[in-house]
Amino acid sequence: MSVHASPRALRAAAAWWRPVAGRLDRVASGVFILPAVVVILAFSIFPLLTSLYVSLSRLGFSQGGVELKFVGFDNYRKLLFGIDSPHFLGVAGPLTPIGIAVLIAIYGLFAYLLYRYAVGPNRTLGGLFGRVVATAIAGTFVWLIVNTILTSGRPGTLVVTIVYVAVDVAVQYLLGLGLALLVVQHLPGRRFFRVVFLLPMMITPVGVAYLFRMLADTSKGPLYPLWAHFGLTDVSWVTNPWGARLAVMIGDIWQWTPFIFIVLLAAIETLPHELTEAAVVDGATRLQVFWRITFPQILPATTTVVLIRIIEGFKIVDLPNVLTNGGPGTATESLTLHAYTIWRALDIGGSAAVAYMLLIVVTFVGIAYVNLFRSRAAAVA
Amino acid sequence: MAFTRRRRGSVSTTTVTIPAMTLSYIALFAWTFVVLFPLYWLAITAFKTPLDVNGGPFYIPWRDFQPTLDSWHYIFFDLREDTFRPYLNTVVVGLTSTAITVLLGSMAAYALVRMRYQVGFGAIGSFAIAVAIAVVVVIAGGPWPLGVVAGIGVFVLLLQTVARRFKRGVGNDDIAFWMISQRMLPPVATIIPIYIFFQQLQLLDTWAALIISYTAAHLPIVVWLMRDYFQSVPVELEESAAIDGASPYRIFRSIVLPLAVPGLVATFLFVLVFAWNEYLIALFLTSANAQTLPMTVAAQNATRGPQWWYMSVLILIMIGPVIAMAIALERYIARGLLVGAVKG
Repeated sequence: MSVHASPRALRAAAAWWRPVAGRLDRVASGVFILPAVVVILAFSIFPLLTSLYVSLSRLGFSQGGVELKFVGFDNYRKLLFGIDSPHFLGVAGPLTPIGIAVLIAIYGLFAYLLYRYAVGPNRTLGGLFGRVVATAIAGTFVWLIVNTILTSGRPGTLVVTIVYVAVDVAVQYLLGLGLALLVVQHLPGRRFFRVVFLLPMMITPVGVAYLFRMLADTSKGPLYPLWAHFGLTDVSWVTNPWGARLAVMIGDIWQWTPFIFIVLLAAIETLPHELTEAAVVDGATRLQVFWRITFPQILPATTTVVLIRIIEGFKIVDLPNVLTNGGPGTATESLTLHAYTIWRALDIGGSAAVAYMLLIVVTFVGIAYVNLFRSRAAAVA
Repeated sequence: MAFTRRRRGSVSTTTVTIPAMTLSYIALFAWTFVVLFPLYWLAITAFKTPLDVNGGPFYIPWRDFQPTLDSWHYIFFDLREDTFRPYLNTVVVGLTSTAITVLLGSMAAYALVRMRYQVGFGAIGSFAIAVAIAVVVVIAGGPWPLGVVAGIGVFVLLLQTVARRFKRGVGNDDIAFWMISQRMLPPVATIIPIYIFFQQLQLLDTWAALIISYTAAHLPIVVWLMRDYFQSVPVELEESAAIDGASPYRIFRSIVLPLAVPGLVATFLFVLVFAWNEYLIALFLTSANAQTLPMTVAAQNATRGPQWWYMSVLILIMIGPVIAMAIALERYIARGLLVGAVKG
C-alpha cells in the first residue's frame, strides 16, 4: 500500500469501523436479501394490480378519448362460458372409446394416488385437502384435453398451450440430460460440443421464429427435396393443425434444449466425485451410478430447471406468431398469442382476462409441481 | 482396450470403452448437425441475393449460388447509425443489467440457502393494507408520490404495532416461490403498467428503464439457479471461516462465490442472453434512442414480406459477441472439480 498512514490514524479508523462492521454483520441477513426483494416487489405489485383491474373492465370510447368501464367478471364469463369459450377452451366432440379408456385410466390413477396418500402414514389434513383440490383441477384439465383432442372436437388456446408445455419440456429435458451426460464424459473435443450446443439459445427468439419459418418453407426452404420426394410441395404443412403445432414445438425444443443442457451440465460438474468413484471401485455399472448417485444429486437442479422451463414455456408467443401466425385458424395459438391478438383488436379487458387465466393456470401448475416434486426431491437429496 | 483418463487431482479414474465412445460420438455429432444446420442456413442466407433466397433452396456457396456482400453493405453502410446505435444500446444494457442481476440474485440466493427467514403474516398483512391505501389514494386522484408516502407510513406504523402479534409466517421456500411466481404473468399483461411506471419517472427511451426492468425480470431466475449451486458448496468451509472471525460478507465474497463459479458463469451467460435478446419490453419502453437489436431484426419484416437476407446478417452480428463470450467463459463452467479438491 502506498498510502502513508500513521499508526494512530489507523487505530482511530479501526475504532470507528469496528462498531459499524459489527452492526453490519448483525443485519447481514437483511442486506443479502432485501435488494432483490425490493426490486421484485416494486415490479410485481403495480402490474399485478393494474392488470387485475383491467381484466375486470372493458375499454370503451367516450367523447374525447377512451375510458375503462368496470364490468365485473364479464370478461372471464365470456372466456369460460360465452362467445370466446370455443377459442379459449375449444370445442368438445362426442367421446370416442379411446377417449373413455384414457379418461378411466387417468382418473383411476388419480384416485389410486389419493387413496394411497389418505391411508399412508404421513397424512395431514392440510395435505389431504390440497391434494383433493389439486386432483379436482387436474381432472378438469384432463377432461378438457381428452374431450377436445381425442375426439372430433377442436382444442382451444388453453389446451394447445398445455400441450406445447408438456411436450416441449419433456423432450427438452430428456435431450438436455442426455447431452449433458454425454458431454460430461472426458472425451476429446468436449469443449467444442459444450459451446456448439449452447448456440440455439443465443439467438433472439424472434430471430429463431423467422429462421424456422425459412426452414419450414416447403417450396424454397432447405427441406424442399424431402417435400418433393413425398409430393408435398403444393400442400403447405401449415394447413394441417398438428403439422403446424409440431413445427412450433420443434422450434421451441431446438431453442431451449441448451438451457436444460447447460444447467444440468454445470450441476453434474459441480458434484464431488468421491461418491461416484467409490461406487465405481465397488463395481457399480454406469447405469447404477447414474440412477443411484448422479441423478439424486442433481435432482434439485433438475426440478428448478424444469420449473423455470414450465413457467417460460407457458408464455410461448414468438414462434406461433411468426411461424404460423396462429393458424390454421387458431390451431397453433398459445395463450399469450391469444391475449396478444385480442389486445391488438383493442379488447384490452379481454386480453388481461386471458393473461390472468394464464397466471392462474401457471400458478396452479407451479404450486402443484413444487409441492409434489421439489419437496420430495429435497428429501431425497 | 479401454481409454483411461485421469481426472484432475482425484485418485480414481473414469473409463470409457471404445463402443461406448463411438456411440457417444454418433449421438453428439447427430445433435451437432441438428444445431448447426439451421445456423448454416442462416449464414449462407446472409450472403445470398433476394433472388437466390426466393428462387428455391441453394445449399452450397460458389456451386449453387454466387455469394455477395450486398446485405452486409446495406446493414453496415446504408443503415449505419440504425445498426450501430442499437448495437451499443444492446451491449450496455445487456452487460450492466446482467452484472447487477447476478450480483443481487446470488446474494439473495445465498441468503435463502444459508440464513433463516420468517416473514410474519402480520407483516404481509400490513404490507397489503399499505398497498391498498396507496391504491385508494391514487384512484381518488391524489398524486402518486403522496400515495407512496402514505403507503410506506401506514406500513411502518402497522409493522411496529399490530404486526407483532402474529406469530406464524412464511419461510425461505415460500419467499423463493414468491420470487419465481413473478415470472408467471405473461409480458402482454405487465407491459402497459410498466410503461406507465417509467412514464411517471420520465425514464422512457433510456438505458435506465431497460436496465431496471431487465434486472427485475431476471432476478428470480438467478435466485433459483444460484440457490441450487450454493447448496452444493460444503457448509463446513463457511463454518470454519466464521469461527476464524470472517464476516458474512467476507465469507460470501472469498469462499462461497469462488466455489460456485461454474454456476455463476452459467447463470451469467443465461441472463446475458435473455437481456441481449429481449424483445417485448424493449419494444414498449424505447423508441429511437434506446432501441435494441431484436427490434432491428423484427423491423426487417417489411410490407414486402420478411427481408430474410438482412435479418440473417443482423442475427449473425447479434450472436457474434455472445458466442465469443461463451467460448471465453466455457472453461469456467467446467471447473467443477474445485469443490472436491478444496474439500479433500
